Amino acid sequence: MVANAVTKEEAFPHDKELEALEIELLVEAIYRHYGYDFREYAVASLKRRVASCLHAEGLATISGLQERVLHDPACFQRFLHALSVNVTAFFRDPSFFLVFRSRVAPILRTYPFLRIWHAGCSTGEEVYSMAILLHEEGLYERCRIYATDMNAEALRQAQEGIFPLRDMLEHSRNYSEAGGKGALADYYTAGYGSAIFPAWLKENTLFAPHNLAQDGSFNEFHVILCRNVMIYFKRSLQRRVHELLYASLTPFGILGIGSKESLHFTPHETDYEPLVVGSKLYRRIG
Amino acid sequence: MAFEIVVVGTSMGGLAALERLLAGLPPAFPLPLAVVQHRRAGSNGMLATLLRRCCALPVREPHDKEKIEAGRVYLAPADYHLLIEEGEFALSTEGPVRYSRPSIDVLFASAADTYGKDVIGVVLTGANDDGAQGAARIKAAGGLLIVQSPETAESAVMPRAALAAAAADKVLPLSEIAPCLVSLCPAVQKETL
Repeated sequence: MVANAVTKEEAFPHDKELEALEIELLVEAIYRHYGYDFREYAVASLKRRVASCLHAEGLATISGLQERVLHDPACFQRFLHALSVNVTAFFRDPSFFLVFRSRVAPILRTYPFLRIWHAGCSTGEEVYSMAILLHEEGLYERCRIYATDMNAEALRQAQEGIFPLRDMLEHSRNYSEAGGKGALADYYTAGYGSAIFPAWLKENTLFAPHNLAQDGSFNEFHVILCRNVMIYFKRSLQRRVHELLYASLTPFGILGIGSKESLHFTPHETDYEPLVVGSKLYRRIG
Repeated sequence: MAFEIVVVGTSMGGLAALERLLAGLPPAFPLPLAVVQHRRAGSNGMLATLLRRCCALPVREPHDKEKIEAGRVYLAPADYHLLIEEGEFALSTEGPVRYSRPSIDVLFASAADTYGKDVIGVVLTGANDDGAQGAARIKAAGGLLIVQSPETAESAVMPRAALAAAAADKVLPLSEIAPCLVSLCPAVQKETL
């Protein structure tokens, strides 16, 4: 198969290599001009998002996109948005929240005051989901919640707390499967095709910019949730972020990751134990 | 001709088709298979459990950045896109493509990007046109495309869309697809005979 790799490159000498070079130059240029570091993002999804940017901008080449991004800050904002937005749901992966309710909430009740960090909160669905859960478990009043993302536009949407009403049916099903004690509709007002969440659900939440690829630790937390954020990073950057999360977690603090993410091959693998076998909620023990 | 990976896409009718296809692969099948079967966001590991019962190869839903190993069947997890990097899988929660997450187009395009002509794409039964653009990407990169013959598919829309978008190398009834995959890997053919 190694010998075969040579013929493969011969068959496509330009396209692939040139594209790889253009992407490398694009992210290097963005890093040096705007300070956003995408240099250790996983290649496959980065390529997809760059391609969809090219399409949206009506450009033929990545080099062309580089020129526009560098000379037009508005284009850079669009690029940033295309690169960082994920489509998630309220109570995505309900079993995660079910375990949080049954196993994490009792632990949290032993603390008089709680700091929670949603690292990479995107448009905020998970922040509101967790706020609802904490409220139902009688914990919300003692929480200070930090919801961070590198994308200012996503943060603005998260802070607004207004979501498309058409998705609420699916979200309601998740909420029930996640052990919800009432109805999701109890928490929002429907109007003009939107579900509007009330101010009290975010009064203990601080929405703030933070870039996991570059920024450091800014507090010590009892709970850190970082789900489906590191899947866009190469292993090298994943390791760096795991160092940051570990350093930001109190002893016996709780770490939650995505359902298809793993702590294997991360620097602090042995410093965590799962709260329930197979769950993606871990307690820091080392 | 040495292929690196087989990518398979299916939607409606896919469970029965996958059971039939995977049952036809010998334990020594030398390539990894990555499979997208459309399903609802909340589905659990039941599909993998069902497929395991009829397949000689290990079947699993990969974790992010899991190493791709030969002779294994990897199912795209519900509500994630499955992408292929050099030697490993990556997952993504970008929005649905053609209303689907996982999307066949996304898997096929990233396989073509990463492994070029060393990809075998297989489009099976399905009731929408996801996979057609991905099939075209595989062909454009020099890979090999197999499409289930529409008249033998429980739902012919997906195979028809793939055939309209790309020149398939082989159009086969379901029962002949596994033997064809085996025949494309000469080494294993000798071993099993």
